[in-house]
Amino acid sequence: MTQAEPLAPDAAFVAFADVGKSYDGGRAAVCGLNLSVRKGEFLTLLGPSGSGKTTTLMMLAGFEAPTEGDIRMEGRSLRGRPPHKRNMGVVFQNYALFPHMNVAQNVQFPLQVRGLRGDAAQAKVEAALELVDLGGLGGRRPDQLSGGQRQRVALARALVFEPDLVLMDEPLGALDRQLRERLQVEIKRIQRRLGVTVIYVTHDQAEALTLSDRIVVFAGGVVQQVGTPEAIYERPENAFVAGFVGENNGLDGIVTARDGATCEVRIAGDLLVRATAVGDIGPGDAVVTTIRPEHVETGTEIGTLCNRFAACVDDVAYHGDHSRLRAILPGGAALTIRTQNGSAPGGSDRLTIGWCADRCLAFPAGRVNGGGA
Amino acid sequence: MTGLRRLLAWLALPAALIGLTGCSGESEPRPLTVVGWGGSSQEAHRRAYWQSFTRATGIRLQEDTWHGGVGVIRTKVLGGDTSWDVVQVETEDLILGCEEGLFEPLEWSSLGGRDAFIPTAVHDCGVGAMLWSYLIGWDGDRIEGPGPRTWADFWDVERFPGRRGMRRTPKYTLEFALMADGVPASQVYPTLRTPAGIDRAFRKLDALKPNVVWWSSISQVPDLLGSGEVAMSVTSPGRLIVANRTEGRNFRVSWDGNIYAVDYWVILSNSPRKAEAAQLLRHMTLPENQMRLPQYIPTGLTSRRAGELIDPRLRLDTPSDPNNMTNALELDANFWVEYGDQLTQRFNAWLAH
Amino acid sequence: MPGSPIEPAAGRRRSGAKRGWTFALVAPLLLFLAIGFLAPVLLMMARGVTDHELATAWPLTAEALREWDGRGLPDDGLARILGTEMRASRQAATLNLVANRLNYDRVGSRSLVYATAAAIEEGAPAESVADLARIDPRWGEPAQWATMRHAAGPLTSFYLLASVDRRLNADGRIERVEPEQAVFVEILLRTFKISAVVALLCALLGYPVAYLLASLPARWANPLLILVLLPFWTSALVRTTAWVVLLQTEGVLNNLLLDVGLIEAPLALVYNRIGVYIAMTHVLLPFLVLPLYGVMKSIPAAEMRAASSLGATPAAAFLKVYFPQTVPGLAAGMIIVFTLALGYYITPALVGGGGDQMLSGSIAFYTNQTLNWGMAAALSLLLLLPLALMLFAGRYLVRTVPA
Repeated sequence: MTQAEPLAPDAAFVAFADVGKSYDGGRAAVCGLNLSVRKGEFLTLLGPSGSGKTTTLMMLAGFEAPTEGDIRMEGRSLRGRPPHKRNMGVVFQNYALFPHMNVAQNVQFPLQVRGLRGDAAQAKVEAALELVDLGGLGGRRPDQLSGGQRQRVALARALVFEPDLVLMDEPLGALDRQLRERLQVEIKRIQRRLGVTVIYVTHDQAEALTLSDRIVVFAGGVVQQVGTPEAIYERPENAFVAGFVGENNGLDGIVTARDGATCEVRIAGDLLVRATAVGDIGPGDAVVTTIRPEHVETGTEIGTLCNRFAACVDDVAYHGDHSRLRAILPGGAALTIRTQNGSAPGGSDRLTIGWCADRCLAFPAGRVNGGGA
Repeated sequence: MTGLRRLLAWLALPAALIGLTGCSGESEPRPLTVVGWGGSSQEAHRRAYWQSFTRATGIRLQEDTWHGGVGVIRTKVLGGDTSWDVVQVETEDLILGCEEGLFEPLEWSSLGGRDAFIPTAVHDCGVGAMLWSYLIGWDGDRIEGPGPRTWADFWDVERFPGRRGMRRTPKYTLEFALMADGVPASQVYPTLRTPAGIDRAFRKLDALKPNVVWWSSISQVPDLLGSGEVAMSVTSPGRLIVANRTEGRNFRVSWDGNIYAVDYWVILSNSPRKAEAAQLLRHMTLPENQMRLPQYIPTGLTSRRAGELIDPRLRLDTPSDPNNMTNALELDANFWVEYGDQLTQRFNAWLAH
Repeated sequence: MPGSPIEPAAGRRRSGAKRGWTFALVAPLLLFLAIGFLAPVLLMMARGVTDHELATAWPLTAEALREWDGRGLPDDGLARILGTEMRASRQAATLNLVANRLNYDRVGSRSLVYATAAAIEEGAPAESVADLARIDPRWGEPAQWATMRHAAGPLTSFYLLASVDRRLNADGRIERVEPEQAVFVEILLRTFKISAVVALLCALLGYPVAYLLASLPARWANPLLILVLLPFWTSALVRTTAWVVLLQTEGVLNNLLLDVGLIEAPLALVYNRIGVYIAMTHVLLPFLVLPLYGVMKSIPAAEMRAASSLGATPAAAFLKVYFPQTVPGLAAGMIIVFTLALGYYITPALVGGGGDQMLSGSIAFYTNQTLNWGMAAALSLLLLLPLALMLFAGRYLVRTVPA
């Protein structure tokens, strides 16, 4: 079910091969994981809580051992190698700074345990603190810092010893939105500058889209899709990915006809929708058709679109640069529509909406890549 | 002005609280309270005296226990705690407490006169409760044959190998050491009152010191003997004989050179029920009542008449039997009141070196 | 108040009222502590440095003694006052006060006082020092009068000096007491040593236990915690008896070791210092484990993971990250154990040997047996002063490492 990687496994920097993890023989936390990480890339493990992304990260860091399969790094198995010999920098959600050391001592810690002392160590610590914009704060104690500053220290500490790999476990989860967005930019900037390989765990799909070179979407311990942010967003491979990444409207229906890549779906109110078929579906199959809010047109050009419906506006929410409308189709199905402000038809509670079949995907209903499937 | 008023308010609050709690209490008069030393001796007093006292007079009794030390009583009396009436005390406690006025002087006429008791049982503030002694005890199952007899035998680790149990106080210990060194009982205290005599006692103790296990509570003795931790021990006979009777042990004792002393009943000077307390003392010293006591615990009696009337078999294990008084020494409490601090200090220093 | 330029007076008033309320809430407790704890302690301690017995029973004699220069023998005027007051205090039954007090300093003074007072009562002349010396030759010794003078009050150094094995001689100089009487310094040092060793043993044994408790899930940790707390709920007598049964010559442990063949002769494990260490460590272990457990519980597991991911071996992670953070808990626990151990005397009395008795045993002896409360107070002061220093040091130690 998981993706065949374009990269040959032995060329991969880090490779998961059929990795599984279950606790006390219970339900598998991670199952049948095959994944290759390229050197220098920013890879995000994205999924809801309990989907297996953190377990995957912890297995890579060495805090958990896989119950099946093997993880390789530069071709060598990591099995039995303790965390302190893996040379990976880990950034934890709650920073995990050492409260009895000041900032400089925290950052110096990985150098110290590697036997690096003196001016060389000092210079590296200062450089790392400069890198995260904390120059001059080396003497502070962690409890004298703000949340954002603490996370920068954690980042500096994970980078200062030039690890092969940096692992980040929801590092921005405890911060407010503005700070989070600012730090996202910085993390990306630092990663580009150092060219370091980063594996990043988050449940925030927007964060994943912003930061990543590639995203791995997890659900129920199984990889749903691997791809660039654009591919994940524009070409989701199943209904779960389509719903989880970005905002989407879902319309349940039955396939009435299929013609090559397109198919016709009957949804509530006997409305017929033309959609692009994803996967093996045919007439009579129950499907979910999805259309993103920004792809629903309300302007004058809708005459050219193959899907056109009269709808009534239920609700309008003003968002500054755009507005979001809630439109009800004749069969009762509700759609969220995003319109540029200034271009939306004002006033009327009835309007005609439409979308193009290319933008509308039909997935087999209720199919999420599941354990062992 | 407001400052002062506020200050008064702060002061008034706790005072009011104290006033509230002060109202309760002392509404129900407590029963007459008698305080013994717990264990088998208290049990014996209960069965010999206290139950029959309540039956005869209708006066309810409440029991408490303590472990001696006149400081406890001083704290109670000076602190206004009137919870005890009649207490069983040791001789030194009697002397010190009587001097300090902690005990009520007794009316001897109501107790049958001073002559009705053996001389050591008579004191201005107390009447003898029981006669007990410290002597040599051992386990007959571990030492075969006649066993040790004198304190010289106790010191003789060649003939009787094994460790010795002794009470960790200079009291008794120094006396025994002098007797082991050949000082006759009558000369023990005169000798101890000289610096040379004290040195002599400590020198004699030096010889035995490596073999001594020092106990601090008499209740340890049966275990020390029974487990073979010590071959013989300084002990009071009561506990061993009770263990022989109830647990089928084979403990044996030698009365030769024993030190005996009297425990006294006293009435605390702040007792709110002195008349009833005196009634209880009278009850506990009547010959016909005292005669019952040795059935429950082997002890000597303080009433002359009771000592004459008692079944000779019950007298066998007590200081009242003339055969047990060979070389016996009466504890000189006055000596210990005078020398206690100094000798305890020296004894502790000696123990540590 | 700084930083609030508007209406600073109102601000101050509000905060003053607030402080008043805070005070009102704790006032009953403070009052209770002052009356029920502080006052008795201070009164008791005062007995260690004051002398009131002589001044109470023989006020004029005490005054005359204080005026006397203390050289040689006093003049006959003082002897006359003494004779008069002795007779009076014999009738007032206050002789025992003086007799006991003088006896503390000079053994034999007790009988001297009683016998002299009895002789005067019976008509012996007491008009001069020579008269008194005829009743008992000791009145002719300057040392006896020096003892009297030292007891004249109102302040005295007698008890404090005695508590460090020193005394004033007849010339008023401080000298050591005879070697066979010198005991308190040694007992004090021993008390500190035993307490320190017990605190150390508790730390060595308790640290792994606390670590185990802190790292186990609650369903395992709670029953274990109850096991650790078990010594709290057994009486001292039962506990020590159990240790005796286990450790004595023919006890469980020795028999086991003999049967296994590890030893050839029984080990002496009780009625000596080893027994004291074992029994006291057992009793005091919970006082170390509990604060340490609390501190350990508050250290996030992620910190150890972080250390390990940053390249620290388990040993280095423990030493550099975990252990430093547990030092405040460890220090607090050890100080509690040490402090409590200083006051122990029943356990050492039951399982210790002759040379294992602790200072509190002496304090109890003077308090309960001989009523020499001055000596008890002085020894308590001796125990209290280093203890206060200890707590101060502990505060500093705990403060240097923020929790």
